[in-house]
Amino acid sequence: MNRNLYDKLIFDHSHPGRKGYDLPRYDWPEAMSKLPSELMRSEAPQLPEVDEPTVVRHYTNQSTNNFGVDTGFYPLGSCTMKYNPKLNDKLAANDTIARLHPRQPEDTVQGALEIYWNLQRVLSEIGGMAEFTLNPFAGAHGELTGLLVIKAYHESRADFARTKVIVPDSAHGTNPASAHVAGYEVVEVKSLPDGTVDVDDLCSKLGPDIAAVMMTNPNTVGMFEKNIPVISKLVHEAGALLYYDGANLNPMLGIARPGDMGFDVMHINLHKTFSTPHGGGGPGAGPVGVRAGLEQFLPNPKVYKKEDGTFGVNDFSDSALGRISSWLGNYTVLIRALAYIMTLGAEGIAEVGPLATLNANYIMNALKDKYLLPIPGPCKHEFVFDGLIDKSTGITTLNIAKRLLDLGFHAPTIYFPLLFHESLMIEPTETESRETLDTFIDAMRTIAREAAENPEIVKNAPHNTPARHPDDTEAALHPVVTYSQYLEKFKSE
Amino acid sequence: MPHRYFPHTPDDIALMLKSCGASELDDLFCDIPAELRLKGGYRLPGAMSEPEVKAEFDKAFSKCTPLACFAGAGAYNHYTPEVIPALTSRSEFLTAYTPYQPEISQGTLQYIFEYQSMISRLTGLNVTNASMYDGATATAEAMIMALNATRKKRRILISSTVNPEVAAVVNTYAHYQNIPVEVIPQKDGVTDRAELEMMLGAGDVAGVIVSSPNYYGILEDYTGFAEKIHEKKALFIINSPAIALGVIKSQGEWGADIAVGDAQSLGMPLNYGGPYLGYMSCTNALMRKLPGRIVGATTDADGQRVFVLTLQAREQHIRREKATSNICSNQGLMTLHAAIYMSLMGTKGLEEVNRLSCNAAHYLAEKLEETGKVRLSHPAQPYLNEFKVTVKDPLTTTVLLEALKNEGILGGVAVDENEMIVSCTELTTPQLIDKYVTTVKSL
Repeated sequence: MNRNLYDKLIFDHSHPGRKGYDLPRYDWPEAMSKLPSELMRSEAPQLPEVDEPTVVRHYTNQSTNNFGVDTGFYPLGSCTMKYNPKLNDKLAANDTIARLHPRQPEDTVQGALEIYWNLQRVLSEIGGMAEFTLNPFAGAHGELTGLLVIKAYHESRADFARTKVIVPDSAHGTNPASAHVAGYEVVEVKSLPDGTVDVDDLCSKLGPDIAAVMMTNPNTVGMFEKNIPVISKLVHEAGALLYYDGANLNPMLGIARPGDMGFDVMHINLHKTFSTPHGGGGPGAGPVGVRAGLEQFLPNPKVYKKEDGTFGVNDFSDSALGRISSWLGNYTVLIRALAYIMTLGAEGIAEVGPLATLNANYIMNALKDKYLLPIPGPCKHEFVFDGLIDKSTGITTLNIAKRLLDLGFHAPTIYFPLLFHESLMIEPTETESRETLDTFIDAMRTIAREAAENPEIVKNAPHNTPARHPDDTEAALHPVVTYSQYLEKFKSE
Repeated sequence: MPHRYFPHTPDDIALMLKSCGASELDDLFCDIPAELRLKGGYRLPGAMSEPEVKAEFDKAFSKCTPLACFAGAGAYNHYTPEVIPALTSRSEFLTAYTPYQPEISQGTLQYIFEYQSMISRLTGLNVTNASMYDGATATAEAMIMALNATRKKRRILISSTVNPEVAAVVNTYAHYQNIPVEVIPQKDGVTDRAELEMMLGAGDVAGVIVSSPNYYGILEDYTGFAEKIHEKKALFIINSPAIALGVIKSQGEWGADIAVGDAQSLGMPLNYGGPYLGYMSCTNALMRKLPGRIVGATTDADGQRVFVLTLQAREQHIRREKATSNICSNQGLMTLHAAIYMSLMGTKGLEEVNRLSCNAAHYLAEKLEETGKVRLSHPAQPYLNEFKVTVKDPLTTTVLLEALKNEGILGGVAVDENEMIVSCTELTTPQLIDKYVTTVKSL
């Protein structure tokens, strides 16, 4: 990055009289200026005035300040940063789809509905579920939708006493937050020292007030919840439903299906397991699957196949939980996921879980003599170190993460799960080669050595990134969240 | 041979297994009870090569017919400058995660900051988050925010002129949290002011949700609304499509506390409904109640101006069930789209887009009335680029829209058999309007 030349905000490039657009010139009779002035802006919104080449150079230079999966290895636990195939982007940018309005008549969008319906089918097969909605926009949105399915189910039986949802203490932060947004009270269940759910503790919390138990399997320490058959039995005997957080579905591909484990409702993060790009934080997709008997509660609109083989959209099903999106979700993300599944096919999909798991175990075994492994393996797709074994160096997980940035890697997920003080959560995914993993292992061993021999270099990391040690405290104490505030604060100094 | 997405040769696998003390891949799954294992593989088709996958999708795409678009009702056919896909497809942006590591994510953080700044200038409210999923979920989140901000108050009032899909999402979120949502009646296509005052008078109102342009395209007059609503210590929430804010009175100018809406109108392709982008702004006072990510400027160890995710204490990964929302990832790349669009268009570009759209719509409305087949449903009400018409007996909207469809035109969105909503943009041509009008005349 060349900060000296390009360290500007788009507003700094603004110059009166420049423009970056061109529009058709039609000679319509003037109507806009006749609108009542009290309904119009009293002053223009002050957007930047910039020419097209400057806009292109500005954002191109910004992109060089970023790290993506295409740039390098992203061992970010629970985020499944796998390769995003280029074919899928090409298909998602299709010009015909781009021009389809969501309210077009069914007979003009049959192909689009067929794609949606086909993805419903393949996800149902992979999840071991009866049906899916593809409308939720993200994983957390999927969790909310899944919990509303559960609420609609209990309401349909006139069971209004179930006001609580059980969530393990190792769960992703979205689980309790989604339960809260769905109008539930959250009850936490403890983990055993091996990282799996404490069945006795769970048992003591189950009862007629519990609507659902949310589980992640494998869980966030990368362990398979092997008691899941017992848990499933207990939960169902208590009249509750079992929810599968699909954030960690990747290692289960080819190995086991949530439906067969006894889960009633699940979501899938297409931007994790099914390779759609994360986009710097979206757009993702969080389809929700349900077992037979719960299909009717899935949200409107619903895509269905008619007897004559054509497809339809149902906007007003009465049994549906309601509506969680205006239309059929982040549609072009769905195209990408289906293309990925078709490209891998039955055999390829089945290789994902084993290879992702192999990669994780390979890293774990190569580093466990230097980093503290609180829960011995074999792990699944990810595992957690509790910092370095040698605690005398004073080197923290944050230091290690920042030093990795110097060495050309994205950092692992840090300080999560909350079960350990110095959590470093590593998930390599199946699309990384042995050589890449070896380079990462070398880097982690280098850091362990530096921690002992030259701790200052680790403590003060990063050293060679575009930004170093941003002042987070100042950012939160005196928030500067727009250019106008920025001008007041930075330019006046 | 491994699949092209997997680097593992049989030798790699053997060597890696050995270092893990395992002899086959299955050993890594010895902890999974046998009865849970997938047996017989997935009942899915086999792998397809790249040309085969493309051919399959081409077959599906060929079963879709884009129509000349006069439909709006929340999704608008505006032009996408070619600069935008060229830049948003750069993989440094496309394949990045949420910018948790600011040292190597300044690209993402800076465009979000620029997006926040530009949206705040459109809405006239100081604080904007890094996006919501769409305009509908943004409106539902605004409702929740109003309840959190006003504490013990419970009632939400929503105008009957709000887009029904948006209202449906608000109602779904509300239903499961036992939030009473009451509908404000309309009078001649706009929120009924007297009814609103009565409903406010009954007390316990946390928030009032209205929209302008409303579902029928009408620009509503909110003179006096903010005072009445704030008198009752409720929050004022206005939903507007982002593009219109280039010319219409902003939420900030109306005295609203929260501004929400869909930003699809900022040149995002229709894409059969998504991905779009929900925007959300609020007053300084509400900043710490705002859901979602917020990017802030600060300095780093070298004294450089840098950007970070800030005020994270509101968020789910820190606060868990006490968070302001469960939102986590949002519509990241779409905020880049919006930021580039606003950079290219600037103030004048947005004004021109609105002028072309507005003028085309008024011209079409006039020509349609001249056919004698339809009339403006609310002739006294001002509108921007979208209007509602009532078809005259014996014509129905079904017959009219079907006739237009046969001419390759998506004529609008039917409200019922008698009424429909018609929308124009800068892409509406005189030729298309002629064809539209000729078709209607012939019925």
